[in-house]
Amino acid sequence: MEKIKELILNTVPDAVIEQKQKLTVTVAWQQLHLLVKTLRDNAELPFDFLVKLIGVDRGEELGVNYLLCSSTDLSKELVLKTGTSDRENPLLYSITDIFETAHFNEREVYALLGIRFINNPDMRKFFLNADWVGYPLRKDYDANPELNPLSFESVEMVDTAPRIMETPDGLVEETVNVFEDDPYIINIGPQHPSTHGVMHFRTALDGEIVKKIDVHSGYIHRGIEKLSENLTYPQILHFTDRLDYLSANINRHGLCMCVEKAAEIEVPERAQYIRTIMDELNRIDSHCLAWACQTNDLGATTAFIYGMREREIILDIFDKTCGGRLIINQNVVGGVMFDIYNQFQKDVKDFVIYMRSKLREYDRFFSHNVIALGRMVKIGNLSKEDAISYAVTGPAGRASGWSCDIRKHIPYALYNQVEFKEIIRTEGDSYARYLNRLDEIEESLHIIEQLIDNIPEGEICAKTKAIIKLPEGEYYSRIEACRGEFGVFIESRGERFPYRLKFRSPSMALVSAMPLICKNEKISDFIGIGGSMDYVIPDIDR
Amino acid sequence: MLLNYSHPLEISNLTTWLDTTLRSSMPEFWVLFIEFALVIVALLTAYAVIALILIYAERKITAFFQARYGPNRVGKWGLLQSLADMIKILLKEIVKITRSDRFLFFAAPFFMIVASMATFGAIPFGKGLLAVDFNIGVLYVTAVSSVGIIGVLLAGWSSNNKYSMIGAMRSGAQFVSYELSAGFALMTIVVLAGTMQFSELIEGQRYCWNIFNGHISSIIAFVIYLISGHAETNRGPFDLPEAESELTAGYHTEYSGLQFGFYYLAEYLNMFIIASIATTVFLGGFLPIQVQGWDAFNGIMDFIPSYVWFFAKTAVLIFLSLWVRWSFPRLRIDQLLNLEWKYLLPINLVNIVVMVILVLTGLTLKDLFGII
Repeated sequence: MEKIKELILNTVPDAVIEQKQKLTVTVAWQQLHLLVKTLRDNAELPFDFLVKLIGVDRGEELGVNYLLCSSTDLSKELVLKTGTSDRENPLLYSITDIFETAHFNEREVYALLGIRFINNPDMRKFFLNADWVGYPLRKDYDANPELNPLSFESVEMVDTAPRIMETPDGLVEETVNVFEDDPYIINIGPQHPSTHGVMHFRTALDGEIVKKIDVHSGYIHRGIEKLSENLTYPQILHFTDRLDYLSANINRHGLCMCVEKAAEIEVPERAQYIRTIMDELNRIDSHCLAWACQTNDLGATTAFIYGMREREIILDIFDKTCGGRLIINQNVVGGVMFDIYNQFQKDVKDFVIYMRSKLREYDRFFSHNVIALGRMVKIGNLSKEDAISYAVTGPAGRASGWSCDIRKHIPYALYNQVEFKEIIRTEGDSYARYLNRLDEIEESLHIIEQLIDNIPEGEICAKTKAIIKLPEGEYYSRIEACRGEFGVFIESRGERFPYRLKFRSPSMALVSAMPLICKNEKISDFIGIGGSMDYVIPDIDR
Repeated sequence: MLLNYSHPLEISNLTTWLDTTLRSSMPEFWVLFIEFALVIVALLTAYAVIALILIYAERKITAFFQARYGPNRVGKWGLLQSLADMIKILLKEIVKITRSDRFLFFAAPFFMIVASMATFGAIPFGKGLLAVDFNIGVLYVTAVSSVGIIGVLLAGWSSNNKYSMIGAMRSGAQFVSYELSAGFALMTIVVLAGTMQFSELIEGQRYCWNIFNGHISSIIAFVIYLISGHAETNRGPFDLPEAESELTAGYHTEYSGLQFGFYYLAEYLNMFIIASIATTVFLGGFLPIQVQGWDAFNGIMDFIPSYVWFFAKTAVLIFLSLWVRWSFPRLRIDQLLNLEWKYLLPINLVNIVVMVILVLTGLTLKDLFGII
């Protein structure tokens, strides 16, 4: 990392380098693009993975934090900070040309903080309508409902996008058409059986072939990040369950970890065991559902029900442990809320045996079916370079040959004590993603097997203060959720409430890659690929 | 008389009795008039009843495949469920779509249902249960059943909905392609049997069903007919026209109430029609299993009424079709057309030639073993 510091100072001599929780570099906004490009292109340790792009209203300035890391070693992290003090017309340089994933994230920052990015090819607001008054995440936002009244008018879709481009004659504001001339557009969503939530894909077709996809999101945006700014940390916990509801427990684990690290709370051993086992059960649950939904998207209804059948047993175990099934409220700051019940170990061990036999059934029933193979093999190819650029993590990223499992790279909870394989395939097609999920179920079963008999006695939750205040600073945590890397960023100013809280949503990266991998595929395959990417919409619409 | 005693449960006894009674008291015109009216009523009732039974059966069988219970609330074992559904669909509002082509929109379901009913009318359900015995029965069935596609295309076109349009276009491509295969498969058997008349086709299969008679060639034709018939009925894995995961409901997205009911009904009945034509043409129709020379065995088999044989054979084929439907994922449109034009059709063409050679050189089972 010393060499990287040197490199940074050589490129941008004015950069301020601080060692906080992560190595933090503050630069002026004019120099950011150059620095990011240099960091990505350096041969020694290329910072080619943009994990988070976080817009922050710092009070005196509007800024953006970039969490970069190296795609070969996810534990090598670097935070870049920049900002502009112009609150009327804040402009920053876009890094979309370096990281594709920045595109949607910058549009999100524009919608919520009003920062526009120069050279971003499509500067529409991401979650909000173009006519939304005010920028919600700014501290001086006026939340008066009269400013943004609820409208029942039907609004025509406008397929033009504003943008600011830098030309030799200075900055030019222009408007471009999203689609080419005379497109045949069908709306997949927001009400559609196969978008896995309220997602809206405007899809330009040529016959049956997808020409271009324009993603509209925000139909269920709830402003969780804004709401969190007025809630104490234990109160925020339940929001995480409502992001990616299928990996509810893992998301919550991520936020708890972030708060625990910041407040320096030691989690008891027993709680770590319970957390890890529950996380893996949650992962199996989610992968079962993903498998089921993917088969359903390909038109195999029976396989769908089989997936749901196995998932039911996990939900029963959750039910008996915590009373919840989908959203289980298990993790709290300092440990877990509920201890395991008497028969827990037996139930889980029975399930492991049962699930193994069902995995074989899945394999016999669907994995080698000739139609299924025709619908998945070499369909929706995502190369490793694209996966990294679009920040597609999780089973989908690993299907493209990218080792991106946080459990391996930055072990948390008990993952450094258990033995498991990181499933990596290099084909990058729908079938690789499909097989990856089934194999990950097997690995999760293996992890559970190693832990289930060794749960130590003891406390399940550390004693915490009644009111948790985090010391001033910026805290990051990263965790492997079912669909990829889930991340939490908390900026604390020493209050009971976070100053700024941001969740990294794995699904957003998955969706952002959809226009790329669905191009020139058939409309039926677009649905199939969507199934193989397995995004959950509330995770995007935070 | 002896025949009557040996088949006490045959409906042909009833129909013959009815015919003689009417003829003894009325002029021929009125006899025919009354009989036609009765046939129409009987067929329409059968159409509805069979549809209801099929819907119930499919739901129960599907539930069995999918580890579920299926309907079990309305009536004992949910027996009245499909009746309740029918009443519900009759009561539902028929939504008028503002920007649709009103006339075509309303006309479309009728094409579908009329085609399906006209085909249904020509099926021989049992001894004496054949409404019209055309001498070109096979041709008639093939021709009339393809009228249904007009209903689908019109529905897609007139709905003014892009999903419907894509569904209808897919459906057009699919129907036209698979009609061809289905037709050729039937023609293969026509070559073997030397007739297109259903009654003669069935009678010729008394001791040796067509599927065995033409051995290799017949079996290939049978498999192709089942595949293409399955595709013609728009059911999974060939249900692309409605492909609910991409096109919501395809060509009938905009339909509601009874109009939707027509499509739904026609779909189920088409499945039945395809199975019953396969039964008639390949599996000896309503004839019982008979082995030449085993008179005692033949007598016992013959005791079971012919319509039971017909429905039993048809039920087996329907079960097969459900099994396929609920096991496979859906094909993509290009895979679907590839399957037809690159595989089924060439195989079919060769198969017909093979069948001609078999018949001409006397290599059918009947010729080889001297079966009547």
